[in-house]
Amino acid sequence: MTDPSPLWHPGDPADPGLPLPILPGHVSPGRFERVLRAGLFAVTTELAPPDSADPADVLTRAREFDGVVDAINATDGSGANCHMSSLGVCAILTRAGYSPILQVSCRDRNRIAIQGDILGAAALGVCSMLCLSGDDVSVGDHPEAKPVFDLDSVSLLDTARVMRDEHRFLSGRRLDSPPRLFLGASINPFAPPADARVHQLAKKIAGGAQFVQSQYCFDIAMARDFLNRARDRGLLERCFVLMGVGVLASAKTAKWLKSAIPGVHIPDETIRRLEQAEKPRAEGRRIAVEMIQQLAQTPGVSGVHVMAYRQEEWVGEIIAAAGVLGDRRPWSPASPPFEQRTSA
Amino acid sequence: MYSLRLWSVRHARLLESVYRMGNPLIVAALRRAHRVFGRRIDRPVTALERAAKGLMFDCRMCGDCQLSRTGMSCPMNCPKTLRNGPCGGVRENGMCEVRPEMACVWAQAWRGAAQMRHGDAIRDIAVAVDHRRFGTSSWLRMARDD
Repeated sequence: MTDPSPLWHPGDPADPGLPLPILPGHVSPGRFERVLRAGLFAVTTELAPPDSADPADVLTRAREFDGVVDAINATDGSGANCHMSSLGVCAILTRAGYSPILQVSCRDRNRIAIQGDILGAAALGVCSMLCLSGDDVSVGDHPEAKPVFDLDSVSLLDTARVMRDEHRFLSGRRLDSPPRLFLGASINPFAPPADARVHQLAKKIAGGAQFVQSQYCFDIAMARDFLNRARDRGLLERCFVLMGVGVLASAKTAKWLKSAIPGVHIPDETIRRLEQAEKPRAEGRRIAVEMIQQLAQTPGVSGVHVMAYRQEEWVGEIIAAAGVLGDRRPWSPASPPFEQRTSA
Repeated sequence: MYSLRLWSVRHARLLESVYRMGNPLIVAALRRAHRVFGRRIDRPVTALERAAKGLMFDCRMCGDCQLSRTGMSCPMNCPKTLRNGPCGGVRENGMCEVRPEMACVWAQAWRGAAQMRHGDAIRDIAVAVDHRRFGTSSWLRMARDD
């Protein structure tokens, strides 16, 4: 029998929803790290946590992505709006066999709470974590809340790395069992100060980032310029870059994103395309497909992170149309278990 | 004061020279003063540091001064008190996402660091601030090797 997947290794459980053995050179028992380290083009997306205490609301949303993505980011109060916690979402997802990326923002919790959550998440089967500073409370639905920001994204990365590699809390107290997490960070190559953005990536890698997911990329030239500078500094050999791809519903949405969300850069040409299109929603998806294809041809890009808020049902079609997965179908709990080899 | 804060970044190189020359003198003087007067110098020295650095940098007295490593732009003026670089929300005109009337302190920091002789220190990771030090003097901490 032939190996059914380049991701499968002897000794793996038949069900990739279970923790996998940690391969040499890997840090986590997760599928997402396996995909990237195998050199495959990875696809991730994000799940908007529900305003609900019903786990079915999480699983319904996750099922939209079955067979389409390698990992699902669980956002942590994104836009400083209150929703189900990312840890709660991740716990539901890992129980069902999904491969979630825990987003942790520094806005709401201090270093005591965050370190506790890191252990809790790893114990619940979370294998990947994205470290963020977080949006300010003033932009969300509880502007009267106290912003915490005890750590920032870089010191958070450093904290998680210390816990994993040095088996201790920041206080120095020993951990009996360290959290085996694949660590990620966010980057925004499209916001000023442009020159500093590469240094910022270097700082996050030094802090412990092994993968990064970027803000929406609507400007391929700007992305390529950033990646060239990152490659010149040798950063792309030390970190997997997943570029963010947005799905715009209309020119109005695009203009709103551009004006209301600082740091989102959308060229006028993209907005014009949406304005002139007969079917703007379809045009928005076409723009996403083209961007994914251009990114896939860009050296140094290891994958894409598709953010399709309120258009989640289209993610599968967009990825299929882009053709970046070839005939690979990312494993999901709906897939059959990997076939195991009968002989070595 | 906001305008002086911007002036300090524009003159980061000059202030770096002043810091490199002045800081050892201040620390040496404080060390001697501490030996003679002990903890009695704490209040006046802290008040002096607060007044001087408050005027020049809008210093927030975090007690762990990073100015010489952040282009003379105090990171504690960032609404998120980020100590390791800008967030992803900097506006296209370089202003802060939370306070649009204020220049991003980290965009400023990189501008200041670019002028400085030892500006590369901005690339080093700053560990999370020790909140017990808030309101205390960085000068005294250096003088006492705390």
